[in-house]
Amino acid sequence: MEIIDRLAEILAVHRGREGALLPILHDVQAAFGHVPEASYQPIADALRLSRAEVAGVVSFYHDFRDAPAGRHVIKVCRAEACQSMGGADLIARLETALGVKLGQTKGDVTLEAVYCLGLCACSPAAQVDGQLVGRASVARLEALVAEVTA
Amino acid sequence: MKIWVPGDAAAKACGADDVVAAIASAAGLRGREVTIIRNGTRGMVWLEPLVEIEIDGLRHGFGPMTPEDVPALFEDGPHPKALGPVEDIPFFARQSRLTFARCGRNDPLSLADYEAAEGWLGLRRALEIGASATIEEITASGLRGRGGAGFPTGIKWKTVADANAAQKYIVCNADEGDSGSFADRMLMEGDPFCLIEGMAIAALAVGATKGFVYIRSEYPDAIRVFETAIASARDAGIIGPALLGQGPRFDLEVRVGAGAYICGEETSLLNSLEGKRGMVRAKPPLPALEGAFGKPTVMNNVLSLAAVPWIMAHGGAAYAAFGLGRSRGTIPIQIAGNVAHGGLFETGFGLTLGELVNDIGGGTASGRPFKAVQVGGPLGAYHGAEDFDLPICYEAFAEQGGLVGHAGFVVHDETADMLALARYAMEFCAIESCGKCTPCRIGAVRGMETLDRIAAGDAQAIALLQDLCEIMEKGSLCAMGGFTPYPVRSAIRLFPNEFTPLREAAE
Repeated sequence: MEIIDRLAEILAVHRGREGALLPILHDVQAAFGHVPEASYQPIADALRLSRAEVAGVVSFYHDFRDAPAGRHVIKVCRAEACQSMGGADLIARLETALGVKLGQTKGDVTLEAVYCLGLCACSPAAQVDGQLVGRASVARLEALVAEVTA
Repeated sequence: MKIWVPGDAAAKACGADDVVAAIASAAGLRGREVTIIRNGTRGMVWLEPLVEIEIDGLRHGFGPMTPEDVPALFEDGPHPKALGPVEDIPFFARQSRLTFARCGRNDPLSLADYEAAEGWLGLRRALEIGASATIEEITASGLRGRGGAGFPTGIKWKTVADANAAQKYIVCNADEGDSGSFADRMLMEGDPFCLIEGMAIAALAVGATKGFVYIRSEYPDAIRVFETAIASARDAGIIGPALLGQGPRFDLEVRVGAGAYICGEETSLLNSLEGKRGMVRAKPPLPALEGAFGKPTVMNNVLSLAAVPWIMAHGGAAYAAFGLGRSRGTIPIQIAGNVAHGGLFETGFGLTLGELVNDIGGGTASGRPFKAVQVGGPLGAYHGAEDFDLPICYEAFAEQGGLVGHAGFVVHDETADMLALARYAMEFCAIESCGKCTPCRIGAVRGMETLDRIAAGDAQAIALLQDLCEIMEKGSLCAMGGFTPYPVRSAIRLFPNEFTPLREAAE
């Protein structure tokens, strides 16, 4: 019931907006930490779409989660500029240090790949709970993770 | 005492906020009154956080700063991080900053600062001379799409202007997903009113009343700054019911992407904007005629639109005076990766690749020998030192089987594993393909597998990979599958030995 009420509020905010589905999904994810399957049909009804169309959009975009991430999300860039500055090695060592593989969650911590944060002139780059990190090192990232999980 | 510390995402990622806190506390301890201004970045990213202090009317730079370096700013004697007048630093002094003229100088959200630095001059002139003369001016400037395709902006605008429709749109492509590119982000964070002005001029020229800026979700700072800028331009009556209080209606809205690289492709972006899966559309119809929500739409990159205010203020001929051959004007080059002096360098087309990597970039960051530079993002070719004479312009790179793209240059030193980079190109395509056409969707996966075979010593798989690359290049619907072969083939051409390791060892 709680999902339905909160969803109704979100849908009301976007009523009549051109191409409202992505903004709605962003708000739903911000509210629930993921896009719950229970939200598909109400969203579809509000936008006069089929449930399949909503599901298709949710599954297309990397940002939309079907289950909540850990309380803390660490994103590390895999793209070329970061690779040129040891990004692949950084990821491997971070996986060992945190005991979690890329794309997985362990306890409170989710480790994910990101494809470019636009910090290519201060590579390698990462993001810890929204905080951007340039010239990233394992030590710096470990310290930040310890700080946010403390 | 006036102190500037950039609020740009790259500066913050390198610790600018900690430096600001240290300045506030050091000033407090000494009872010194300081005004801290969060400016945009000058683009000299290797010097970030780059603090600026006005000394005898000139802004002096200090960087890269750490909190520990801050107390010395308040003490007499030379500072260990002093760089002298910031605009005299050779990397900065050698540029022709037209599009980025204001970026890094001011508080990006100050309307007064914007107005005082030629702000709204271009829009005023467009209002004065009218739509068709504005399009003529843009055509005369020779401006071509800075997103990478290089299509003449004036022709695109004319097509939309000539289309008959009750509703037209301006869509700004700010889905800057190419590794090595950050100019769009830097401009939106450092001079957002410039992009608003460019979009307003485009709207005026083609008769559009609504604009969308599609910004990728990986750029939260750019989204925040740009949305704030839109709100204050609206409150000041610059956009909204009447442009500058006297022109037609024009309003703007930010739309946020959702982590799909393919949405940087214009037709995919339009589908995403409409709330659909970001699938590529076949062309025709051209977006200029049937774009956003089926209406005539100007779809331009951030850098194309941000070049417009300068062109309108100074004239198309002045812009066209920069450049080389059919590549007119300036190009905001982003030099990144394993390079000593990484950042944004705006200059007329024609600088050579070697000048960029060695003179401007200062060689590799690691100090090891240069190996290759990838130009134009993940779909661009690798170039070796043998291409150092190549002038940076659309034509020269196309002739070499490459592209300038969005002008991101990613430098690699001798430790780069070219087979791994080629495999990554295929893997990235497999992850990001929209799935509409077979050569891209299936080809990328087969490409990864074939490169794995080559890595395992199956040298015969190289011919197969070449075949696959040809099919992807010629048979894909858009540049995603069509250009993914560029980095793969160029890596094989430049470093054939890295693709036949085991076989050679056996012989």
